[in-house]
Amino acid sequence: MALKKNLALALAFGLAAGAVQAQDLRIGLQDDADALDPDQGRTFVGRIVFDSLCDKLVDITPNLEIVPQLATGWDWSDDGLTLTMALREGVVFHDGTTFNAEAVAANIDRSQNLPESRRKSELTSITGVEVVDDMTIRFTLRAPDATLMAQLSDRAGMMISPTAAAASGLDFALNPVCSGPYSFVERIQQDRIVLERFAEYWNADAYHFDTVTFLPIPDTTVRLANLRAGDLDMLERLAATDVASVRGDDALETAQATSLGYQAMTINVGNGDRANGPLGQDARVRQALSVAIDRDVINQVVFEGVFAAGNQAYPPTSPWYNAAYPVPKRDVDAARALLAEAGFADGVDITVQVANNPVQQQVMQVVQAMAGEAGIRISIEAKEFATLLADQSAGAYQASQVGWSGRVDPDGNIHQFMTTGGGINDSGYSNAEVDALLNGARVSNDTADRRAAYYAASDILMQDLPIVYLYHPVWIWAMEAGIEGFTAYPDGMIRLAGVTLTE
Amino acid sequence: MSTIPDPVAAPSEVLPRRQSRVWRKFRKNKAALLGGILVAFFVIVALLAPIVPIPGPTETDWGAVRKAPSVAHPFGTDEIGRDVLSRMIWGARASLLAGVVSVGIAVCIGVPLGVLSGYLRGWTDASVSRVTEALLAAPFLILAIALAAFLGPSLTNAMIAIGLSAVPIFIRLARGQTMAVMTEDYVESARAIGLTHIALITRYILPNIVPPILVQGTLTIATAIIAEASLSFLGLGQQPPAPSWGSMLNVAKNFLEQAPWMALYPGAAIFLVVLGFNLLGDGLRDALDPRDH
Amino acid sequence: MLAFIGRRLLIAIPTIILISVFVFTLQKLLPGDPVLVMAGEERDPEVLAYLREQYRLNDPIIVQYFTWIGNALRGDLGISLRTQQPVLELIRQKLPVTIQLATMALIIAIVIGVPAGVLSAYKKGTWIDWVANIVALSGLSVPNFWLGIMMILLISVQLGWLPASGYQPFSDDPLGSIRTMLMPAFVLGTGIAATLMRHTRSAMLSVLSSDYIRTARAKGLAERVVLVKHALRNAMVPIVTVTTLVFGELLAGAVLTEQIFTIPGFGKLVVDAVFNRDYAVVQGIVLCTGVAFIFMNILADVAYRILNPRMRDE
Repeated sequence: MALKKNLALALAFGLAAGAVQAQDLRIGLQDDADALDPDQGRTFVGRIVFDSLCDKLVDITPNLEIVPQLATGWDWSDDGLTLTMALREGVVFHDGTTFNAEAVAANIDRSQNLPESRRKSELTSITGVEVVDDMTIRFTLRAPDATLMAQLSDRAGMMISPTAAAASGLDFALNPVCSGPYSFVERIQQDRIVLERFAEYWNADAYHFDTVTFLPIPDTTVRLANLRAGDLDMLERLAATDVASVRGDDALETAQATSLGYQAMTINVGNGDRANGPLGQDARVRQALSVAIDRDVINQVVFEGVFAAGNQAYPPTSPWYNAAYPVPKRDVDAARALLAEAGFADGVDITVQVANNPVQQQVMQVVQAMAGEAGIRISIEAKEFATLLADQSAGAYQASQVGWSGRVDPDGNIHQFMTTGGGINDSGYSNAEVDALLNGARVSNDTADRRAAYYAASDILMQDLPIVYLYHPVWIWAMEAGIEGFTAYPDGMIRLAGVTLTE
Repeated sequence: MSTIPDPVAAPSEVLPRRQSRVWRKFRKNKAALLGGILVAFFVIVALLAPIVPIPGPTETDWGAVRKAPSVAHPFGTDEIGRDVLSRMIWGARASLLAGVVSVGIAVCIGVPLGVLSGYLRGWTDASVSRVTEALLAAPFLILAIALAAFLGPSLTNAMIAIGLSAVPIFIRLARGQTMAVMTEDYVESARAIGLTHIALITRYILPNIVPPILVQGTLTIATAIIAEASLSFLGLGQQPPAPSWGSMLNVAKNFLEQAPWMALYPGAAIFLVVLGFNLLGDGLRDALDPRDH
Repeated sequence: MLAFIGRRLLIAIPTIILISVFVFTLQKLLPGDPVLVMAGEERDPEVLAYLREQYRLNDPIIVQYFTWIGNALRGDLGISLRTQQPVLELIRQKLPVTIQLATMALIIAIVIGVPAGVLSAYKKGTWIDWVANIVALSGLSVPNFWLGIMMILLISVQLGWLPASGYQPFSDDPLGSIRTMLMPAFVLGTGIAATLMRHTRSAMLSVLSSDYIRTARAKGLAERVVLVKHALRNAMVPIVTVTTLVFGELLAGAVLTEQIFTIPGFGKLVVDAVFNRDYAVVQGIVLCTGVAFIFMNILADVAYRILNPRMRDE
């Protein structure tokens, strides 16, 4: 731990050993964050940093309920076309600018209109923003949008200082100014991001560290070694295979939560010429592939049983999971029968692209071995992620092993993938009925109606299988045993409210 | 990879009894002999891979994932229950192939260019030298990484990338040697009697530059094997399920605590085979050195 | 001498232009779309189009090249597509890190390599020579990244002596900075030490067999004096040259070493940039290292000429 070293140094320099130390929390991240601008950010680790740096209009609970953050209350009109929010009083941004309805309006405007904004698609439903009074804001929508609150609980709802945004433009990312519990101090790319406690934060009492330092350490082994050596206090995404050893270590503890995302094989069914194979053209071949895979074995072999096997866009524990289609048991005979029925009694050859990282390759090798026994001969084509993504979007693939980090609202896990012309519908899937169901679920604010629509869509999708889901990652945090009050959230973020560290 | 050519023997006229003398010197050099034995051992292992009675390198066993070395699996099993010994033996093929093929590529491109450049001088030399310098100015591994990324991750492409990155070394060496040979008296006189360019190159220059190329080639195989392992370690070399030592290490680094054997054996194998080639290269250099120490 | 330097500098110009063309073309040939990587999971087509326009990726490649090189000549290497930071600033941030790593590695390499080479040459043919040679070759033969992993496992995880990774700026905390850098510098230094040892040995061997040393010995000077004052001083010429030349090797070695120990230096920056298709960063760094490398070469040649008067007449 840095503190111990500092202490040793303090002693060495003859300073009083009892001096009060500023407490620093050092968090190891798997990657370096990208641009530190909520409107431009696109990485998962960037969101983790934002969670300490920038407050959002609303937040979520571990059970994915929406709760107040900068908005203290809200009200939907009966037709679902206007959303009125009451804003928190006495909030200031890190640069002293006051938070009010004008600031919210400026933020929504920036998210929607900054050319570089990655948030546009998340806020398309908002057509008007009205400053009702200093502390009240009203959004007018094009059509009812069930996903809006979930969007406002993430980057699209993060409030940055309008003064700083206007002054620095795109350079905002180099010196972000928000209203979160910690303010930006410095960033050295690929090395560290340092934040310090913001004394004027509206809920400052809940935050106990003087500084928070985020350190990107991509190698899971090295990240854990740093935690063990005391150079980190906490890390995210502990490797599933390290869980047992960390649990056996009295100095450390773990926390975990099943993620909202999934890992799957996306199949090219209608995205260019590469869709014209048995796998892309015949749903029975895809069904055979799905049933040839033992998802529990993947989980056991690759993740020591820590992750969650899955076969839908939502984990089996989610309220949106359709229990009529449980995770299938492996059935080689059924797979062979399906292949024979499709006219491929001698088996089929398919190529699956996978990112060249060891864990995903391990997953695909397990799938390859299992599918091979059912007559589906997979050749694995490893690509760098940048190439994989470009090929996938261009349709230059038969099947692609990729994942999705997951969204709070179910729409985020399925709509853009399965609707005709959807933004990330790389498989080129198109089914009018599915389109109608998913579009309908989007504009309804009635949970029961939405669930019915998603279930009905899954009746079709489980037959067509444009995406063969494999498993749901579980977020695993490892930390010093002295850390108290940490809550695991299914979105994988690190919320520091109430977290303390006793050395 | 070392971009600095090791000190190499000066060119000399081919002596009649040279071969036996070289072999005698080589045999007396214990270090070189050890290198030869190491290399021979791995070559034999790689050749025997198909007939050794071991499980296939891609045979999985879900019941035996990351099991410590035992009688059934002398080197233990890997992350999806494959026999590490078997993958080591098959991986030897990838490593040796990568070393030999990439150096082959480098020699085939570099030596003709270097000889031409040293022989013709003038503009040819100037342009070849500028390109060589430009290539040498990009750190070897970065060049190889960019090339491998461009070609796409696979063993073949890694070999091409390493081969191309090593070309400048051989251009430099062949050019320098050619220029040195050209100043020798016997070449001057051969030129004077009107020997053709082709005859000059094949009769005088090539035989004289073979020994240093052989030495540098052997040493470069060593670095090429490390380079292949490095690229595989970054995910740009041999792709699963086929094994190579570098890609085995790439996976193994995630299981250092739980399964150290996964990292230990491939690392040790790379070390030994590279050491073998380095010792062999040194021995060759000493043996081929006309100066008697 | 001035004419020599002038000529070398003149020759360097086409080389540098070639480097810039190489790196630029190679970058553009890389498969994968930088904009797709940047756009994030949702890949909003409007954002994609805007970014392509913004970074002028739709321009003909020749135009792109000249825009880039034109800006570079004015000292503007563009901005990182990934983080919006100017490339020049990134380089300024990373350079001290890699220089510190390289310097420490070089010091370690000299401390190990030169005495080993001297000893080995002096005891030529004995078991000491043999052992020193095998150890040096082992340093050359061990894969850097494997050694790094093994050292992390042993020294950081098992023994807890040194931090496993990371970086502390030298200016903030010199002692801590050296401590964090010790293991990576050692890993990087082993290969260089071997190279130095071998060159020292061969340089010492030729000096030791020279008449000059025989005379010194005949005069009855103490063996230690002969060895250090006379022989080593003369052998320094090739050693110094090699030391300037290992610069390239240090940089290349830093790539993997920084990757293993997550040191935020040049090597890590460039590898990450290749993988993220962060064009401006890759181009900027390779151009800068290329230019630096060429100047180091010229420096080596000049040093060689100054130290070795016989070359001057050539």
